[in-house]
Amino acid sequence: MFDVVVDIVLLTFLATTSVAIMRMTNLFAIVMLFGIFSLLSAGLFVVMDAPDVAFTEAAVGAGISTVLMLTTLALVKRSKAPYYDEAPKIHTAWLPLIVVIVTGSALIYGTWDIPNFGSADAPSQTHVARFYLENSLPDTGVPNTVTAVLASYRGFDTLGEVTVIFTAAVAVMLLIGGKRPKSAPKTEDEEAQDEA
Amino acid sequence: MEFIIGHYNYWVVIFLMMVGLYTVISRGNLVKKIIGLNIFQVSVFFLYISMGTVEGGAAPIIAEGVKVYSNPLPHVLILTAIVVGVATTALALALVVRIKETYGTIEEDEIHNLDHSL
Repeated sequence: MFDVVVDIVLLTFLATTSVAIMRMTNLFAIVMLFGIFSLLSAGLFVVMDAPDVAFTEAAVGAGISTVLMLTTLALVKRSKAPYYDEAPKIHTAWLPLIVVIVTGSALIYGTWDIPNFGSADAPSQTHVARFYLENSLPDTGVPNTVTAVLASYRGFDTLGEVTVIFTAAVAVMLLIGGKRPKSAPKTEDEEAQDEA
Repeated sequence: MEFIIGHYNYWVVIFLMMVGLYTVISRGNLVKKIIGLNIFQVSVFFLYISMGTVEGGAAPIIAEGVKVYSNPLPHVLILTAIVVGVATTALALALVVRIKETYGTIEEDEIHNLDHSL
């Protein structure tokens, strides 16, 4: 029961944070809020009995992502104040809102058939999961089933994951590593400001 | 009541998904779009982990005297997804930096205007 209360409170926090992120225009504040969002999700993963995922989310989501985004902000900031504010948007908000509402309603209609949260007889619990829980310790000698599946049963998938990360790292280095022109071309209002 | 508590997770997941999608479609700032995409991504993580949770279950680390464990397979999938997600985020942010260098702005409208004025 206590688990469920914590779960619901944290989920509500998450929803609130996401709305705040959507509505804010100061990019620095948005990145900080996204760090909070990741940390809240890490807490929620612990509540849902997924400590491995929580560790990764706290280290990678709240840590590395935030650092990457702050670095990007430092590189793309405007040379005049306000440094990080979004420009006022000209987009019409109606079409995206309609798309989102229609998609969301369809998805919520889809949840009607989902078994209740935490039910032990849901289809996802009754098939292969039991095999791994029963056999991973004798097969691999690793008590943590998640590690056993990740590094032993599905070791080649993890190798593929490493390939993806390597590709991304190479692409990032090709994009922003090496010699590049130092200063970005100035926008018109910046030039006007320089002349003034 | 039981139906609401049992489905609250999934509804919040869908809400987060839609907030992320809305941010991606409707905001013009490229960094903010990427953050919207990340929110969407985290909501998918929650969908998987919610489905793997078993009431009264322990974390899937085999120990004496524990009968019920949560499903370890969603955890494995999401571990991979988080790490790959950060790799793609890094790539997207690098693209943003290059766009800033070439166009001098990271606002979508201004980039479109610059493209049309060429």
